[in-house]
Amino acid sequence: MSEAGYNYKIVRGFAFSALFWLVIGLVVGLWMAFEMFYPALNLTPWLSFGRLRVVHTNGLGLGFALAAIFSTSYYILQRLNRVALPFPRLAQAHLYLFNAAIALAALSLFAGMNTTKEYAELEWPLDIGVVILWVMFAINVFGTLIKRQEKQMYISLWYIIAMTVAIAILYIVNNLEIPVNLFKSYSIYAGANDANVEWWYGHNIVGFIFTVPILAMFYYFLPKATGLPIYSHRLSIVSFWALNFAYLWTGAHHLMLTPLPEWIQTVAMAFSIFLIAPSWGSVVNGYYTLQGNWDQMRSNYLVKFFIAGITFYGLQTIQGPLQGLRTLNAFFHYTDWVVGHVHMGTMGWVTMVVAASFYYMIPHITNTEIYSIKLANIQFWLTLFGQVIWTATMWIAGIQQGAMWKATNPDGSLMYNFLDTVSSLYPYYQLRFAAGLIFFIGILIFVWNLIMTVRKQPRPVEA
Amino acid sequence: MGITSKPVVFAVLSAAVILIGTTVTVFIPLFMPSTQPISSSIKPYTAVEQEGRDIYMREGCNNCHTQTVRPLRTEVLRYGEYSKPEEFAYDRPFLWGSRRTGPDLNRVGGKYPDSWHYTHLMSPQGMFEKSNMPPYAWLAKSKLDTGYSYKKCSVLGYGYSKSDVELQIGQYQATVTDGAYPSKVSRDKVTPPELRKELTEMDALIAYLQKLGRDVKQMEAKK
Repeated sequence: MSEAGYNYKIVRGFAFSALFWLVIGLVVGLWMAFEMFYPALNLTPWLSFGRLRVVHTNGLGLGFALAAIFSTSYYILQRLNRVALPFPRLAQAHLYLFNAAIALAALSLFAGMNTTKEYAELEWPLDIGVVILWVMFAINVFGTLIKRQEKQMYISLWYIIAMTVAIAILYIVNNLEIPVNLFKSYSIYAGANDANVEWWYGHNIVGFIFTVPILAMFYYFLPKATGLPIYSHRLSIVSFWALNFAYLWTGAHHLMLTPLPEWIQTVAMAFSIFLIAPSWGSVVNGYYTLQGNWDQMRSNYLVKFFIAGITFYGLQTIQGPLQGLRTLNAFFHYTDWVVGHVHMGTMGWVTMVVAASFYYMIPHITNTEIYSIKLANIQFWLTLFGQVIWTATMWIAGIQQGAMWKATNPDGSLMYNFLDTVSSLYPYYQLRFAAGLIFFIGILIFVWNLIMTVRKQPRPVEA
Repeated sequence: MGITSKPVVFAVLSAAVILIGTTVTVFIPLFMPSTQPISSSIKPYTAVEQEGRDIYMREGCNNCHTQTVRPLRTEVLRYGEYSKPEEFAYDRPFLWGSRRTGPDLNRVGGKYPDSWHYTHLMSPQGMFEKSNMPPYAWLAKSKLDTGYSYKKCSVLGYGYSKSDVELQIGQYQATVTDGAYPSKVSRDKVTPPELRKELTEMDALIAYLQKLGRDVKQMEAKK
């Protein structure tokens, strides 16, 4: 509890849940990365790559990212609305149920209960659980907003509202399925329509989990950590509405040159290019906030995380639309290039901003100082270095495989059989594993630093 | 002033903005004939093939194998005729995939004999030393559970009666357990003796793989 009776217990609970699922998800990721060049590691059915991949994506997307979002949202909502959570018990139940659901989700995916729709692999009983969890969260979101003591809603609250609404729509529409039994169901959509619904969901779940709430953190914690106001309120308004409008049109850039009607692909391509503008609106807003105060890059250890994070967001949002162009997509799609793209977003942008937000927030809610700035700096360089090598390795691997798939002999026949294009990537996969390990060590330091922070004696409260 | 002081209005407006693109590119196409063309050549999966498809999904094969051949010269050269929307009329869910760690499988049906698949699934490395595909020998050690086969086919609207489903299962079982089955040697090698007279999960998976892209050949021939 704190100043105005804010509930920080829930913030802390979700923060450490996030860290727990982060470590689990990365261990699974490292295991899979090793399997890619050493298939003997597929020891049992539940350790086989096909099952682990969904444990990895769901564990980090739903486990780590959502817990981090719930944690920071509960914090931001109370601070910006100047009101304690109206339903603290509901929030507490949300925390327990969330962790139980993620554990069950992991078990069910290990067991092969997999609907195969990417990032929506959970079977229908767990889908219902996710919807219930989301409603529990939304009640406190709108509860604090309605009871707020502050006239205006700050930018971060807009993003939290947009996420709350969008995820609900996306999740329910894409997961409509007819059960066969408790563990098995079939999508109500078929073929090209199922693909179109799924990638509308798949693209926007990334948008409204890995972008929108992370921007909420960025817009809140960057000014807090630096003492500088956001550069332009108007730019943030334009960016917000343009992003929300354009994002939903772009899903079909995941389905270029498939049997989906061509006009849907082309519309997606056009809106993807448009999406650069609102994305860079936030990038520019972030950079210009530090205008005249760039010395904080040296004096304030948190600024590095924010600036690296928003830079990778900027790169991500240029790379994404470009690889969505039909001609470039024909080359890059289905290769490791895309795997590199996703991981720049998650390991670069999401992890950097979550780390900085937690480093600001955790000492604040426990009324203490960060355990070690030095360790935070070491973490910064390890995660940055690990991520850059990881993603660059995958981009190069992707270009190589794409080129080998297309290579033809003078007589027009294919130059490489498929297996050649796989086995030639093993050196890249080994390097990717090493880079992942470096990143993982950085994350362990992060977790350690925060555990030691909350174990410190709180500062004596001044009268 | 304005909507930034009205959270409920703000939320409704956000939802409206989000639903514009959604409606145009997702909801309306659901009801357009171009997203769901049908062809009389494309037949639904048999009960056994459907069970195989469910195993394909359970094992997450779609994480490494795509099922869409794009209309690109080298792709058609490598895999065969590019994918048509009609082919997927019975695919719930679709299994187009997003990464080709392994090759595309949309035209794999009929490309190899069953024996090739038994040997390959048992040990991909035994066939291709440098392959990184996980081995699936244990699928041959699990008896196929057909307890829900009829219910699955009726949920999917394939129009089979209960006896149709039983007949399909019985026929396929008779085929693979027959002494004259051309792939008997490979099948017996991976299947334990007590299951050789039964249908295994591997049998069903192979039945599914052999179905992929078969009907489309007829559809193209008719054109």
